[in-house]
Amino acid sequence: MEKLIVIGNGMAGVACVEQILKHAPKFDITIFGDETHVNYNRILLSSVLAGEKEMDDITINGLDWYQSNSIGLRLGVRITGIDSAAKTVTGDDGSVTDYDKLLIATGSTPFIPPVPGAGKEGVFCFRNLDETKALLERAKPGIKAVVIGGGLLGLEAARGLQVQGADVTVVHLMDRLMERQLDPVGGLYLKRMIEDMNVKVLLNKSTTEILGNGHLEGLRFKDGETIDADLLVIAAGIRPNVELGRKAGLNVQRGIVVNDFMETSDPDIFAVGECVEHNGVVYGLVAPLYEQGKVLAATITGNRGPVYKGSISAAKLKIMGIDVYSAGFFDDTVAGVESIRYEDPAMGVYKKLVLKDGCLAGVILVGDVTDSHRYTEWLKSGADLSKDRKNLLFPGSSPDKGLDIAEISDAETICGCNGVTKGDIVSAVHAKGIQTLAQLKECTRASTGCGSCTSMCQSLLRAVVPEFEEERKKVLCGCVPFSQENLREMVRSQQLKSVQEILDIYGNGAGCEICKPALSYMVDMAWCGDHEEDRSARFINDRVHANIQRDGTFSVIPRMRGGVTTPAELRRIADVADKYNVPMVKVTGSQRIDLLGVKKEDLPKIWADLGMPSGQAYTKGVRMVKTCVGTTFCRFGTQDSITTGIELERRLENLFTPHKTKMAVVGCPRNCAESTVKDIGLVGQEGSWQVVVGGAAGKNVRKADLLITVEETADALRAAELFFQYYREQANYLERTYDFVERLGMEKIRKETVYAPPPVQEALLTRLAKAKALSKDAWSERDTPANPTQFVQIQPLETVAL
Amino acid sequence: MTWIRITEIANIPLREGRKVAVGPHEIAIFNMGDRFLAIQNQCPHGQGPLADGIVSGNSVVCPLHGWKTCLESGQVQRPKDLRECVRSYPVRVEDGIVLLQIEDRADAGGKPAERMCTA
Repeated sequence: MEKLIVIGNGMAGVACVEQILKHAPKFDITIFGDETHVNYNRILLSSVLAGEKEMDDITINGLDWYQSNSIGLRLGVRITGIDSAAKTVTGDDGSVTDYDKLLIATGSTPFIPPVPGAGKEGVFCFRNLDETKALLERAKPGIKAVVIGGGLLGLEAARGLQVQGADVTVVHLMDRLMERQLDPVGGLYLKRMIEDMNVKVLLNKSTTEILGNGHLEGLRFKDGETIDADLLVIAAGIRPNVELGRKAGLNVQRGIVVNDFMETSDPDIFAVGECVEHNGVVYGLVAPLYEQGKVLAATITGNRGPVYKGSISAAKLKIMGIDVYSAGFFDDTVAGVESIRYEDPAMGVYKKLVLKDGCLAGVILVGDVTDSHRYTEWLKSGADLSKDRKNLLFPGSSPDKGLDIAEISDAETICGCNGVTKGDIVSAVHAKGIQTLAQLKECTRASTGCGSCTSMCQSLLRAVVPEFEEERKKVLCGCVPFSQENLREMVRSQQLKSVQEILDIYGNGAGCEICKPALSYMVDMAWCGDHEEDRSARFINDRVHANIQRDGTFSVIPRMRGGVTTPAELRRIADVADKYNVPMVKVTGSQRIDLLGVKKEDLPKIWADLGMPSGQAYTKGVRMVKTCVGTTFCRFGTQDSITTGIELERRLENLFTPHKTKMAVVGCPRNCAESTVKDIGLVGQEGSWQVVVGGAAGKNVRKADLLITVEETADALRAAELFFQYYREQANYLERTYDFVERLGMEKIRKETVYAPPPVQEALLTRLAKAKALSKDAWSERDTPANPTQFVQIQPLETVAL
Repeated sequence: MTWIRITEIANIPLREGRKVAVGPHEIAIFNMGDRFLAIQNQCPHGQGPLADGIVSGNSVVCPLHGWKTCLESGQVQRPKDLRECVRSYPVRVEDGIVLLQIEDRADAGGKPAERMCTA
């Protein structure tokens, strides 16, 4: 076996190693990475910053992959020298390692403009996982963030910071955003969309100084203006890391020069990715590195033959709701080049196709990128389009759906995030019997990145798999035809803080009794009090905090934590029932007391007389915690179920949930308060608690699943809280826990709650605490009604005999 | 026919309804943003209070069992193909006050008070 050393544990190096492993085994491989993380998908860092993905979600190859392929992994070691004569590399840990073949995949580093003060505390780059982590810690609501650089990375960083609540300004040196991908008009359309997202854009701004004493306070520009900043992200471009190539004596221009076989000037040294220069071009995008990796793998394994002919630079902005695609050459001021344009300012759509000799040379799409794949294909194939010019801007889909797919060559990349080609997908379908999109994701990782290729993957499956079953997209309702998952994301990323706004932008403007309450919940979950609640979007129960009955009267159930009451409370309840002629007083199944048949106008007075908080028995929220008497009185009790139950109820009361949430705590496995058929239940046993979730005893009867067994009461409460917040965030509106746990599976739920890494757990609990701090007893509206006629009937200003 | 002064516009929040009793008529008035609409408050299905319903476009959904009624015509729209309807009342706004016009029996020429829908 020959020794292959790979410098760089990023996407390019590891993707190339994956290709090498597809050939006959030839190498004993060791990968050096200066970051301390396993191989992850760098282009999804913006999704992590925007909160769409957790850090773990963007891992491409976990440690098990390295192990099962017998690859040595040296994390946190930076290679500082190459001795190409002795064929060794030197690490910054002092290690010297010899090689037979060397692969340089060092990528690039952010370019920091030579501005005084760039070293100040509070100045960040946005290039790796640690920097992203640091940004996430700093980006808080209200802080002033500035991003230098209005390119792809800068805009994605700006969006991520804005999603985290920061007040964001993008400062760009040039006269338009993404000037390398867009012409002036396209730049203008993009600027408008970015500004609509509540991110400020300053163009033609050259930063001359970073202000602040030790830590960042602001920026000064060439024109003398200044801007305040608590956080600065520099995304002003990247520079290929070529220093090692120079040290090894390789031919280096802007990048390490490689030929069509991906060979450098040294026969035993190869290079791939952003650090290489091929035909005078250095690529900074993801697709070329996969194409290079395949060729390199063939060459290095002794199968020299395939050649790399360069890639078409195609860029897609990964910001939800802002569609920008650009590929190829778009300067139409050059002779022999003509362009076709389409603009719709009202819709924010701009398209420009650049043609040369009847073939497509470049394309810019802003606001509508549905046809981007077709244009990419035309760019690559060099198809003669002169005959069909009038349909170029709106190619539409051909009547034969399979034809679009058939037109794509096997080598074309379908999933740019993961470098999966059409050929990969087709062969996976045949080799592994894939029938669903989920299976395709599992097997090939296609469509697991930014998701922009999902419809393409589906079309492929439809064309290739005879028994393909369309995964029915479950939309919330016809008024706003998106899945709840998509809507949650839209609400967050587009900063939508009212139901009507969502309906106006993404729906039919009207809404209905299905979507309005669901959207209310989403807005409440996303902004957690930092928004204007729209009562009109809520069911009557949530407008008056009582449960409407068949005759239009209401039922009143005060909170009685743990089902424990006092003689004084009982007297007040009895007095209220007398005073307001309450037609029925009933003990509920939830260990509480229900006053039935109350008139709307009496509600505030009754709440005041009761002097007890709302039991939330009318809403999709925390209902109650039932308890047995436990060790307090019961001779069989092994745990203090009453104290624990009351504490659990106190911690979670007044919060909303996707559907009603019923809980119970029992002091022994006899289960007298029925914990095992509750949404969340604690079952005490000698020396420990079982925390169970997803139980039901309503329309469905389902025994709850065990979440975890813990010894301490505090840990049991914590586990319940983790699951509770996870359910609040992840479940669809009106999805009870019993459906939720079956949809996700307990293994996944455990992994993301009680077995999640400590920071993930803390984040869940922090969000829960924030929501709890902003929650209030709904019945406090007895003194401060949401509007003057919330409870009172309108009296006409004049009376007329009719 | 006279217009009856009912209430200040601020008393009916945007896209919500409020109940008002005028003589024998129990009426639900809705604030549609650009105008106000009024219909009989009882749902033809189970007499549910329509003023407590969720507004959906130009309709209201009864809070009891989800029947949907057009606020302009009073026609029941869900369940479909029912010939049920509730009475609708002309509304106008003057000086920040919502006014209703209620046809009494004499005005209607002895016909039933409820203006029947045309369906």
